[in-house]
Amino acid sequence: MVTQIADIENAHTMCVLVDNEPGVLARVIGLFAGRGYNIESLTVAEVNIVDNLSRINIVTSGTPMVIEQIKAQLERLVPVHRVSDLTVEGPHVKREVALVKVHSSGEKRVESLRIADIFRARTVDSTNVSFVFEIVGDTGKLDAFINLMVPLGLIDVSRTGVAAIARGVTVLEHE
Amino acid sequence: MSKNQLSGAQILLKALNDQGVDVIFGYPGGAVLPIYDELFKQNKIKHILVRQEGGAVHAAEGYARSTGKVGVVLVTSGPGATNAVTGLLDAMMDSIPLVCICGQVPTHLIGNDAFQEADTTGITRPCTKHNYLAKDIDILARQIHEAFLVAKSGRPGPVVIDLPKDVMMAQGDYISSAKVIHKSYRPQIKGDISKIEEAVKVIAGAKKPIIYAGGGVINSGPQASQLLNQLVQMTDFPCTLTLMGLGALPASDKHFLGMLGMHGTYEANMAMHDCDVMLCVGARFDDRVTGRTDAFSPNSTKIHIDIDPSSINKTINVDIGIVGDVGHVLEDMIKVWKSGQNRCDEKSIKSWWKTINKWRERKSLSYDKDATVIKPQYAIERLYELSKKHNEVYITTEVGQHQMWAAQHFHFEHPNRWMTSGGLGTMGYGLPAAIGVQLAHPKALVVDIAGEASILMNMQEMSTLVQHNLPVKVFILNNECMGMVKQWQELLHGGRCAESYMQALPDFVKLAEAYGGVGLRATKKEQLDSVIGEMIASDRPVIADIAVDPKENCFPMIPSGAAHNEILFSAADKLGAEVSEDGMVMV
Repeated sequence: MVTQIADIENAHTMCVLVDNEPGVLARVIGLFAGRGYNIESLTVAEVNIVDNLSRINIVTSGTPMVIEQIKAQLERLVPVHRVSDLTVEGPHVKREVALVKVHSSGEKRVESLRIADIFRARTVDSTNVSFVFEIVGDTGKLDAFINLMVPLGLIDVSRTGVAAIARGVTVLEHE
Repeated sequence: MSKNQLSGAQILLKALNDQGVDVIFGYPGGAVLPIYDELFKQNKIKHILVRQEGGAVHAAEGYARSTGKVGVVLVTSGPGATNAVTGLLDAMMDSIPLVCICGQVPTHLIGNDAFQEADTTGITRPCTKHNYLAKDIDILARQIHEAFLVAKSGRPGPVVIDLPKDVMMAQGDYISSAKVIHKSYRPQIKGDISKIEEAVKVIAGAKKPIIYAGGGVINSGPQASQLLNQLVQMTDFPCTLTLMGLGALPASDKHFLGMLGMHGTYEANMAMHDCDVMLCVGARFDDRVTGRTDAFSPNSTKIHIDIDPSSINKTINVDIGIVGDVGHVLEDMIKVWKSGQNRCDEKSIKSWWKTINKWRERKSLSYDKDATVIKPQYAIERLYELSKKHNEVYITTEVGQHQMWAAQHFHFEHPNRWMTSGGLGTMGYGLPAAIGVQLAHPKALVVDIAGEASILMNMQEMSTLVQHNLPVKVFILNNECMGMVKQWQELLHGGRCAESYMQALPDFVKLAEAYGGVGLRATKKEQLDSVIGEMIASDRPVIADIAVDPKENCFPMIPSGAAHNEILFSAADKLGAEVSEDGMVMV
């Protein structure tokens, strides 16, 4: 059977500028849960203290019709100023931070340090039997690094989720 | 503290006055007493005491839908707020502007499982357009004004203000609504003119067009209904209306094909299925309308006008989506049409009407008029005929077979005259909704067309009618069963009518009298006209208990999961094929 373009689910990175007020994150998450949309990653932080605005970055996936619907549903929320689908709108940068804990000794311990060096991960904590690496990059790079650490004594991972921004002078503006 | 400061409760009442509120529907309790105290000290705003908070919300909905104004509700914390939830979702689904003020426990007790505490903003978040937990007296006035703005503009909907008791009693400054500009909320009112021009081109080229209009036309105001009418006359296009849209085009207009959808007319559904151009005006391709989506109007170019961008391409992909207020878009559309000297393809339209008139001849709403028992359709026809001499007639309904028969056989010439729970399908809606309608239109004839099952869900509001001298007429089509449930069980579940019989029904005549109203009953066909006449003539609340044929089912019907052209006309019609599994899971 031929898969139609309309049926293909793609990941999209969306940025949402919202009033930094109580409950606004619950509205966004509730919308996704209530309407059965996926959230693959979600980050939120205040980005404008003067106007009291927060930016939510969401990685979601769906068919083109579902993605259009997600954007429209987000725009419908009253405290939302603007929604931008970076995946549709153009070139953009996505970054994520992970803290990766490895428990090992001997050759494995040395190998983990070597790989960390290749990936330009920083060692932010060390004991005689463990390291915590800090790594910054896009989701794929972090996934690759973490996979490599599995046989080398990986015991814990903490990831921030994706922060994203458009390349060039394009901004996520409010009025 | 400056001298001009007011308490939170005073700020609330001043803001309500500022917003032109003349009536609120509510029920007092511990967490709203400071507001009731202020209400007691004034005469401008009338408070209607209901018997359960759910009734207050439906009453406010009835008020809002029959006037186009915002309905206002006042309830206490905890159970007061949770009882209001169904009504809030009802208003959300049908796009009805409401502001619901809920009392809340004082801010320092929030989160402590205090007496009558509920996380009202949490519970109501998915069933309101927006909600506020008003913790700060300094922005209370702004929040109230914002709530009214959000409720009534754009796609209307319910807004909750959760107001802790200590904030009601704190002192703060008032600001007037003129000074409030919303930070983020900007609904799009005007439609994109290039898309309107594109749409006009498509319309002008149509050979088999249909206009499919809904509640958005009613919500846009009476002007929008006039514009719709103008467009219909100008183009000579057939027009069908959704359950929410009845009255947007006069039912007597020759272009009106009747309601469409699951219990819509044959001609409306067939025209939807076979059309080449569909102009959807303020409707949302609801599943009751579309039937099976992959078989929905397969060969048409679709144009959709909606104020809510999320309604466009939600269930049905359209070719031209125009975001904007229906009234504004129709006005521009007519302008563009006239300026471009557009003309329809008259020959094709004429032949399209010929096809439609053939479908009309099928008379899909017909029933056995010679029956000796009272057919429910006949009861509604008689009600319609006998209420014609009344200048202003407003109809509310409960939910079920009677609702569909009312939609099919009562005819509406004007918008805002028909109040029914469409999206949510809330049994128990009609009686409290009629309270709000009658309050807004004291001289009008207001009839709740009800079933004997639905009416019992909010029967206590009879007491409200009597207290406030509201002469609402409750017209019960009593078939001694939950008709629509039974109809589905007969059609889809082998006639196993589990729990759909109403056993131990009350004596509705005595019940009306017990509440202080008038009780009437018709069990024979020849009694019907005199009972209806007596009911209409009465200046008191009336329950008319009409014993209708319990075997009658509601047709035509498009079974769930079927397409528009797979319509059933009567119980004798066998389903074309076994209903598929996909169809069985549909509601």
